[in-house]
Amino acid sequence: MHTLSDSVALALRLIAGFDAKLVEIVRLSLLVSLISTTLAACIGLPLGAAVAVARFPGRGIVIAFLNALMGLPPVVVGLFVYLMLSRAGPLGGFGILFTPQAMVIAQTILIVPILAALSRQIVEDAWSEYREQLTSLGAGMVGSATTLLWDTRYSLATVLLAGFGRAIAEVGAVMIVGGNIDGVTRVMTTTIALETSKGDLPLALGLGLVLIVLVILLNFAAHATRAWSRTHFG
Amino acid sequence: MRREPGPGPILADRRSTGGLPIVARGVSFVRGETTILADIDLTITRGGRTIILGPNGSGKSTLLRILHGLIEPTRGTVTWNGAGNRPAEQAMVFQRPVLLRRSAEANLRYALKLARVRGNDADRRILEVLTDVGLTDVATRSARVLSGGEQQRLALARAWALDPAVLFLDEPTASLDPTATRAVEQIVSDIHAHGTTIVMTTHNLAQAKRLADDVVFLYGGRITERRSAELFFRSPQSAEAVAYLEGERL
Repeated sequence: MHTLSDSVALALRLIAGFDAKLVEIVRLSLLVSLISTTLAACIGLPLGAAVAVARFPGRGIVIAFLNALMGLPPVVVGLFVYLMLSRAGPLGGFGILFTPQAMVIAQTILIVPILAALSRQIVEDAWSEYREQLTSLGAGMVGSATTLLWDTRYSLATVLLAGFGRAIAEVGAVMIVGGNIDGVTRVMTTTIALETSKGDLPLALGLGLVLIVLVILLNFAAHATRAWSRTHFG
Repeated sequence: MRREPGPGPILADRRSTGGLPIVARGVSFVRGETTILADIDLTITRGGRTIILGPNGSGKSTLLRILHGLIEPTRGTVTWNGAGNRPAEQAMVFQRPVLLRRSAEANLRYALKLARVRGNDADRRILEVLTDVGLTDVATRSARVLSGGEQQRLALARAWALDPAVLFLDEPTASLDPTATRAVEQIVSDIHAHGTTIVMTTHNLAQAKRLADDVVFLYGGRITERRSAELFFRSPQSAEAVAYLEGERL
């Protein structure tokens, strides 16, 4: 059992020395979260833009549903994906439970509603400004939605960063579907949870520091992106 | 250097099938409890500069949007050369220019792409209209960081690039200084000289006098008068128009 100061010193040494185990865990975390965010963006952004631009019966319910799904409990998503991918589940034949692929699926399900709901709001605000002009120019619904997605790209970059932040900081779902297997599915958050429960704090603290720095950097990046776009594109 | 008046070659066929005349019959528009337009009968024919004049809240912008097909009337009909669907050969410039977050040139390219003009034709057309409105120097700058006057000239260039049969303008100089206003008016005159029918709203009497061939005077959602500009300003017939021209509060 280390004292707190010992643990912090050891943690810093692990980071400074690019400890192989720490680096591998960080690498897997980044990889899983990047792929999840990319997949979620492919689904969530067009979905958000479509809901923003289209007018159809029950649209209000769809928006409320998307907003509600932003608060999906990760463990419930984990449980759902687990049931789908387990041997007895409908997708059990793929044999991907306790693999990074399963973690990607769980994280994607978690952040699609976040990206869809936030992008819907951003695109809808832009749509209220652009609607008459785009209609006048003859842009159809699909064309308008695509145009708005591109024109709000800097605001949407912030949304993507928020989604990535949520994915990389997530623990419950990836613990359930990944199994926290050493060298296979162990990511930063699940390692922190495990090592803390074992009382082995240096690695947990080291990963915690990396995680905090990443989250801070993401926020800075989001802020810088918005500021830059305002200056250059109005 | 300005081009000689005449239809642009790239989109000339669009001009020839431009949805004129535009005929509004018994058009009313009601929002909630408020009647914005009531029983409007109006025909826009080819070639003129029609100014829709009237005090704030008289329904000018709503009428313009209905004539352009952006909104549907609550009652009545609008037809474009006899058809019920808004033709593509029209363009509209709004009071506040809505420009995309991309370069001035890319804004024009976007509009041309929607009109299926691409490649060298698009390049040529973009250069033409940017030259016509005096914005070649800012072609690669982001449209949204241009000055208000430049943005409105760019919006006009975007509309002009499409060689529309009809150009609708909704108080395009309302938020511009006198210099920018005169520049916009000159561009509107140039577009008209190239064969485009102009329909424009304004509450600026001096501007209406400078630009109008004929005037539609709107008051309380009704057309109280439609006459040639010369007759309207010399001897208005309706009491509301007389009061408006004399600067009385309506």
